Amino acid sequence: MNRSPYISNAPTVSTIMFKVLLALVPGIAAYTYVYGAGIVVSLVLATSTALITEAALLKLRQRPIQPYLMDLSAVVTAWLLALSLPALAPWWLVVVGTFFAIVIAKQLYGGLGYNPFNPAMVGYAVLLISFPLIMTKWPAPLALADQPLSWSEQVSFIFQQNLPASMTVDAISSATPLDYLKTQLMLNKDVASISQAPIFGYFGGQGQEWVTAAYLLGGLYLLQQRIISWHLPTAFLVALSGIAGAFYLMDPSHYANPVFHIVSGASLLCAFFIITDPVSGPTTPKGKLVFAAGVGVLTYLIRVYGGYPDGVAFSVLIMNMCVPLIDALTQPRVFGHEK
Amino acid sequence: MNAILNLASRLLPGLGRHDDVYAFNGGVHPLEHKAESNTRPIAKLGTPKTLVLPLRQHVGHLPKVLVKVGDRVLKGQLLAEAEGTVSAAIHAPTSGTVTAIDEQVIPHPSGLPDTCITLSCDGLDEWTSLQPINWRLSDKKTLVDSLRLSGIVGLGGATFPSHIKLRSNSQSPIHTLIINAAECEPYITCDDMMMRERADEIVAGIEIVKYLLGAETCLIGIEDNKAAAAEAMKAACQQGQALVKVVPTLYPSGDARRLIHLLLDLEIPSDKRSTDLGVQVFNVATVLAIHRYFAFGEPSISRIVTVTGNVASPQNFEVLFGTPLTDLIAAAGGAQDDTSHFIMGGPMMGFDLPSSQVPITKAANCIIAAKPDLFPAPPPAMPCIRCTRCADACPVNLQPQELYWFAKSDNFEKARDYKLFDCIECGCCSYVCPSTIPLVQYYRYAKSEIIAADKAKEAADLARERNDFRLARIEREKLERAQKHAERAAANKNEASAKADADEATPSATPSDSPVSDKQAAIAAAIARAKAQKLASGPAPDQPPASKADAQATPADKQALIAAAIERAKAAKLAAAQAGLAPKNTENVSPSVQAEIKETDAIREKARKLTESDTSEPDKG
Repeated sequence: MNRSPYISNAPTVSTIMFKVLLALVPGIAAYTYVYGAGIVVSLVLATSTALITEAALLKLRQRPIQPYLMDLSAVVTAWLLALSLPALAPWWLVVVGTFFAIVIAKQLYGGLGYNPFNPAMVGYAVLLISFPLIMTKWPAPLALADQPLSWSEQVSFIFQQNLPASMTVDAISSATPLDYLKTQLMLNKDVASISQAPIFGYFGGQGQEWVTAAYLLGGLYLLQQRIISWHLPTAFLVALSGIAGAFYLMDPSHYANPVFHIVSGASLLCAFFIITDPVSGPTTPKGKLVFAAGVGVLTYLIRVYGGYPDGVAFSVLIMNMCVPLIDALTQPRVFGHEK
Repeated sequence: MNAILNLASRLLPGLGRHDDVYAFNGGVHPLEHKAESNTRPIAKLGTPKTLVLPLRQHVGHLPKVLVKVGDRVLKGQLLAEAEGTVSAAIHAPTSGTVTAIDEQVIPHPSGLPDTCITLSCDGLDEWTSLQPINWRLSDKKTLVDSLRLSGIVGLGGATFPSHIKLRSNSQSPIHTLIINAAECEPYITCDDMMMRERADEIVAGIEIVKYLLGAETCLIGIEDNKAAAAEAMKAACQQGQALVKVVPTLYPSGDARRLIHLLLDLEIPSDKRSTDLGVQVFNVATVLAIHRYFAFGEPSISRIVTVTGNVASPQNFEVLFGTPLTDLIAAAGGAQDDTSHFIMGGPMMGFDLPSSQVPITKAANCIIAAKPDLFPAPPPAMPCIRCTRCADACPVNLQPQELYWFAKSDNFEKARDYKLFDCIECGCCSYVCPSTIPLVQYYRYAKSEIIAADKAKEAADLARERNDFRLARIEREKLERAQKHAERAAANKNEASAKADADEATPSATPSDSPVSDKQAAIAAAIARAKAQKLASGPAPDQPPASKADAQATPADKQALIAAAIERAKAAKLAAAQAGLAPKNTENVSPSVQAEIKETDAIREKARKLTESDTSEPDKG
């Protein structure tokens, strides 16, 4: 016997997750164009690891495997993690990160719907703390490399760390713009001269700009599909550009302009795909604004004052911890009640 | 934020036809499915062979049955009268004979049977004498009192007795009457068709209700998917009796508080009724019934019901109360073969009927023949992913995902803090839930648990209060007794000394001289006898320590008795203490109180033995 309402008009969890994956496709395409096919290998590795570990844990926890694998949430986590890692990350790095994300951050907390922390960001943070050297070693965009690796050479590098005889690891890797900016500032150079380096493009990192633009496209699609609400990306971008703008106005020679911060690093991936994880995020409209603004400010502070090149992962995890408090303090006014 | 939204909705083209309408939060717009049943006119369903009239067709007390099995009744005759304040009468929908007054299955979500009057119809449809009332010439109180006999209840589905809503209330006079014609649930078209066909009668009813309430203005709220009905109502309101307001089609605009907000931009506080702010809401069908009661004397014996869904020809019917559902389904061309069951009400808030044999009642606005294709069973619920689609859809602006979490973990206090009891169970949250969680069921569960806990707590409080009172009473009685004893002892002392004086004064008095002293002598002798007897028998263990027989005993005697009683009590207490039975709270009281406790215990023991022997006797026999 059914109970009312007898009708429903909701996308299933699988549909929602599928649309998120779909929205990532332009970003992946741009990524592949800029850095080569290595990312596809990473995505495949992360996806397989996520599905296998999720299935194994569901079996251990005696939960139905098929409906939970079909919800595609593990695949979303895997993709977000793979896209956060340096292109050409060794295969075991991807596997270890995904394992942590799914097993520790998701399933051990109770699986879908129960994880207090963003699983992809937990995986990323674990890798960043454990393997800082590899995690900060990004390959140069193909366009900037002296001798770009061919696709097969990339795959070979991912699995065996083999390079063609004539090359060294240093030859293919380079600092990211955020990293480069930080180290050069410590050498007392000013922003204007630093951004003359070839890794800088029009607004941010050379090539990286295109990936960022593609993420924006995917994010707009998610907004249009009402998969995500406007509160989170808007508050994040306003907060990040607001604090960056304030610092920039104080001392333009020492602080990069807000546009640079928005198009660099994982800013837009964070705005549209990472902080929009509903499970580990807040639920009230005001809470979403507070949460996203908090992530934006923390990201900037970690970038400028912290020891890591990008601050998205730690900012998200710190704000995840505040979610219960944020939710409790931002309850909207119920109809017929005073505030 | 709301101000901006209101401004935006006014500036945006396309929303202009909803003049002066104020949006509420959330709401959903399911497929309407109204076109199936609103193309055919309302048909009158014939009189069936038997009618089954549940006594419970309204909110409130059951009415008192006035007929007995075998009675012949006429159409419109009172069968059961309203009893108590909130109650409604039941009338015979046609003439016939009462054949049974017993329990039958009624259309109720519980599926449980309830008392019904079964009427075997004679087919004559013979009316009882009806008394129309010219409401313009009568005073309001008489009219409202007479309405109590009409059996009219809210026909939108709430079934609240209408006469109560019309009682005058000097504290908060009603200034605005709102006619709820939103009919926001999908599939249902009974109000739509009624407005198209009977707009004049509805407006006549509006005039009566306006007069009874003393309301200056009347607004009729109609969703914009009923253009023909809105036009008909506008045409009938030419003289300004009411103002038709078209509201956007958005479920649940037909919820009274939502409709008031839509039309008046007035938010009724959670702890108040709309009447506290001078607004009263009536369903459109209810005002028509009120009109027919005053104009023709017709009590509430029929209603318009939408029959739709998996039937051959969906249509609206005017149906006598008590008509079996099967007759109604047959009139709509019969249900298709793959019909699985029937739903009463709309798909958002309706419920499964327990059988196809149930009667049509005052609450039955719509019957939907269901089949698995039409209302497929939801897939198994997934965990909540906190997407907050439910919060976006909630017309009360609740946080359904939090309420779900609290209800699921039995954290009822938190659920209450998050305003669980403001939930109107409209189903919007479940409707949009990607994880297909039956949210409304969780809220109903939490509500019933909280109500049950509150009741249990109330009962416990009452018991504690009673116990406290009992202890206070025992203490008071004890004090009173002690005081009485002291008074009596003092009186005895005086009397004894007076007697001694008298004896001394009249030592030579003869019995013949003084009948009074004769009598005294006889009493004294009797007392002496009694004392001797008592001394011989010794102090009985169950004898009260301060015997009433010793009323005239000397103070010394009495003291001795009391001392003996205290000794007994002490011994008993010692024995009990050794046996580990001493009641701890009696240790610090005075010896006389302890003696009294002992006495009470002895009586209890006796009573226990008595009941034991009583109950054991039959076994022996």
